[in-house]
Amino acid sequence: MTKMHIGNVADIDRKGSRTLKVNGMEIALFRLSDGEVLAVENKCPHKGGTLSEGMVCGSKVHCPLHDWRIDLHTGKVEDPDTGCVPTFEVEVDPVTGAVYLTV
Amino acid sequence: MTLFRKKLVLVGNGMAGVRAIEHLLKLAPDAYEITIFGAEPHPNYNRIMLSSVLAGGTDLSEIVINDYEWYRSHNITLYTGHQIESIDTVNKKVRSDLGVEAAYDELILATGSDPFMLPLPGADKEGVIAFRDIKDCQIMMETSKTYKKALVIGGGLLGLEAARGLLHLGMEVSVVHIHHYIMERQLDMEAAVMLQRELEAQGMKFLLSKQSEAILGKKRVKSLLFADGSSAEADLIVMAVGIRPNTALAKKSGIAVNRGIVVNDYMETNIPGVYAIGECAEHRGIAYGLVAPLYEQGAVLAKRLAGVQGQGYEGSVTSTKLKVSGVDVFSAGQYDEPAGSRALRYQDEISGVYKKLVISEDKLIGAVLFGDTADGAQLFSLIKSSESIQGKERSLLLGLPDDALKSSPSARLEAMADDEIICGCNGVSKGAIAEAITTGGCTSVGQIKACTKASASCGGCKPLVEGLLELYAGDAAVKVKEGICGCTTLGRDEIVAEIKRMKLKTVKEVMNVLEWTNEEGCSKCRPSLNYYLGMLWPEEYVDEKESRITNERYHANIQKDGTFSVVPRIYGGVTSPGELKKIAEVAEKFDVPMVKFTGGQRLDLLGVKKEDLPKIWEELDMPSGHAYGKTLRTVKTCVGSTFCRFGTQDSIGMGIRLEKEFERLNTPAKVKLAVSGCPRNCAEATIKDFGVVAIDGGWELHVGGNGGVHVRATDLLCVVKTEDEVVEWASAFLQYYRENASWNERTSNWVERVGLDSIKAALDNREDRLALGQRIRTALSVTTDPWKQIVAERELRKNFEPISPIETA
Ligand SMILES: Cc1cc2nc3c(=O)[nH]c(=O)nc-3n(C[C@H](O)[C@H](O)[C@H](O)COP(=O)(O)OP(=O)(O)OC[C@H]3O[C@@H](n4cnc5c(N)ncnc54)[C@H](O)[C@@H]3O)c2cc1C
Ligand code: SF4
Ligand code: FES
Repeated sequence: MTKMHIGNVADIDRKGSRTLKVNGMEIALFRLSDGEVLAVENKCPHKGGTLSEGMVCGSKVHCPLHDWRIDLHTGKVEDPDTGCVPTFEVEVDPVTGAVYLTV
Repeated sequence: MTLFRKKLVLVGNGMAGVRAIEHLLKLAPDAYEITIFGAEPHPNYNRIMLSSVLAGGTDLSEIVINDYEWYRSHNITLYTGHQIESIDTVNKKVRSDLGVEAAYDELILATGSDPFMLPLPGADKEGVIAFRDIKDCQIMMETSKTYKKALVIGGGLLGLEAARGLLHLGMEVSVVHIHHYIMERQLDMEAAVMLQRELEAQGMKFLLSKQSEAILGKKRVKSLLFADGSSAEADLIVMAVGIRPNTALAKKSGIAVNRGIVVNDYMETNIPGVYAIGECAEHRGIAYGLVAPLYEQGAVLAKRLAGVQGQGYEGSVTSTKLKVSGVDVFSAGQYDEPAGSRALRYQDEISGVYKKLVISEDKLIGAVLFGDTADGAQLFSLIKSSESIQGKERSLLLGLPDDALKSSPSARLEAMADDEIICGCNGVSKGAIAEAITTGGCTSVGQIKACTKASASCGGCKPLVEGLLELYAGDAAVKVKEGICGCTTLGRDEIVAEIKRMKLKTVKEVMNVLEWTNEEGCSKCRPSLNYYLGMLWPEEYVDEKESRITNERYHANIQKDGTFSVVPRIYGGVTSPGELKKIAEVAEKFDVPMVKFTGGQRLDLLGVKKEDLPKIWEELDMPSGHAYGKTLRTVKTCVGSTFCRFGTQDSIGMGIRLEKEFERLNTPAKVKLAVSGCPRNCAEATIKDFGVVAIDGGWELHVGGNGGVHVRATDLLCVVKTEDEVVEWASAFLQYYRENASWNERTSNWVERVGLDSIKAALDNREDRLALGQRIRTALSVTTDPWKQIVAERELRKNFEPISPIETA
């Protein structure tokens, strides 16, 4: 596991996302409206939709391809669909706003 | 640890076989290494729903039951497009026509059946097909685009569903039937005649008591000749006269075959290790042709293969429904009054209801319902349980307990036993549905479907599920149905009225004030609120980009692999060598994998990486085409009077003018325009949202067309003389649509919902038109070129680029 400094919260819009490649895997970072930053693998368990392009509602993202809903805290797909996306630990330095991702 | 797994091979990737595998995976996920061969080039799909695909409302992609990913994630090796040609039952191997061999320890045959094709002379002509699989369905859809006349041979369940679908596709359809009334295998004459009348009202024609004799035509079918010497013209003939268990493979492999592949109560054939289920199998002398029994067989076989003790299969009593819109027909058991039985009938010609109960001794053995099928499930379960119904005949016939003859339909549902099956396809009982509502908290049919699978297949039981929902969820259910999405109970009009009344100015405000249940809404309501607010307050409202659909947020069309496409705007389809060169150079420079003409006369650069989007826009330095948003897309034009020898007006000029006028306009759903230079209509203006067709000395204006899933030809709005008038009417129509349609509602649906007359009335007065025109210009005046803006602003541009880690801590 490595922890890396990947940037600042200000790099991600509220209810928006950014992506990043680590060891060949694409990770999507989301910033919720309350400021929390969450990270999941950028791949919908359904047909691989890029979740980073989806709409963020509360702490859920809607996949842009077929609208599956994924809880960004747990990575779990919401009913009626099933499945799970890997999640990654994110820390935000409350003072500087630096974002650290553990992969 | 290495696990020894037995090898299981399934031949036939259809409904019965894969259902058995699904069951087996639940019971014994690791017991087998599974290989499936299917002759069709598709993953497992819901054959029943082909009727719904034809009848519209369902897309082919929606009927897939298990997609490729499902096979992969269960480590199933799948060979689609492979037909098994031989089984070596000695060395336990199968071999496909493409040369793939697979060894097995256990083998399941689920090869389904073949449609029976009448051996008429000429049956091999082009345009003669069956109704069995996706391919047939596609041929029908294709054919309906160029041909008009269809004949369906066979007035049974399948034939009528095919005929309904063909009607929907816009063809003239006649059903040819050998019997003197339709569906004689399921209905008696009284019900059949009522059904026929109903279908005739929908536009179907019938040729009864007709024996087909020969199919005439050169290469393609032209007409059908009958034994009585008469004939009927046809461009397409669909044969739906029955099916035959597909047993050829079994037969030549030495497996015992009668009508179907003979199996015992555990679905075993005469060869050890070889099983058969589904339409290809014959159990106790019966080969079934419906899904419910096949699923029961699958469950028995799965248990057998998983080594779970269980009861064998004892045969099924079947029931059928006709899945044709607007007609409710149900029949179950023995409806044709076998010797020693008596029948009770109820017929109400006024409300078009017919019921028949067939009783033998004191047991119910069959039932036919027409017009009101609500009692079907209850009657069906009485037939299956074969309990005595003595003394209850009257209440069963009238569908009500004797003491509650005047009570509501919900009383009937309430009185129903808990173990009565509501959804036959998936075997869901009333009790299971009631529980999903009362303890599972389901408040909509969608949720019940997700939770129990009830009405997830053919959908025939939906009315009952809705009834149960109303019964057990009461008000909660009704409210949910009305809202624009699951976050609110309010409908579109209420929301718009409240926004106006309380002068709400942001999405968040609307959700707060109107008490949204999900604090931040969902992907349905957020874009709609964003649209309504922008439409109501064009000059003040700050567009909320995070509430826009993906395509509009990235200003490009997201493709299935996560890449995007860029469609430079080419006004009226007219471009220049300079522009073409620029597009070509950009495509080359960014290695765009595909450049394609769109259906709307544009060039589509497909397969662009997200991070390249801003750079491409920058280099193109052309507005991109809004080729994907809920906005004005293209204005298609023909060559018109500029070059065409038929053209009466300058359609190119008119098209360009309209496109420049309405470019960037936000609309409830996508909007497409077209201008044709004469009534030959080469720009296909009569399937557009707003179509303009030049006539000598003027222009016809057409509205509400759609060339998509539900093809709809336009209605004529009016005829005008000048180009200015065209713009005046187009502005008024589009603005009126913007103000009154629901988000995501195409003009075709909107025109049908509100009626053309109400639109004509609203636009009739010139003053009203000018006012609408003024409002659309205000809305347009605040739009900007989103591509230019992204290219220019670092803050917007960053979202297209990946983050790069700064250091490793
Ligand atoms: C349009 C339509 C509407 C219907 N509506 C209803 C309905 O409302 N209710 C209902 O209960 N039933 C309905 N049915 C019937 C139902 O679809 C069938 O009973 C059911 O699909 C049969 O399942 P099966 O697995 O036995 O056969 P199938 O689903 O037909 O599967 C058999 C598969 O095996 C493949 N195959 C055959 N031979 C080989 C080989 N040698 N090698 C490899 N693959 C092979 C075939 O290509 C086929 O894909 C409908 C059928 C149609 C066509
Ligand atoms: S619609 Fe009329 S004017 Fe336009 S290209 Fe066709 S024939 Fe010519
Ligand atoms: S790929 Fe994400 S919902 Fe289909």
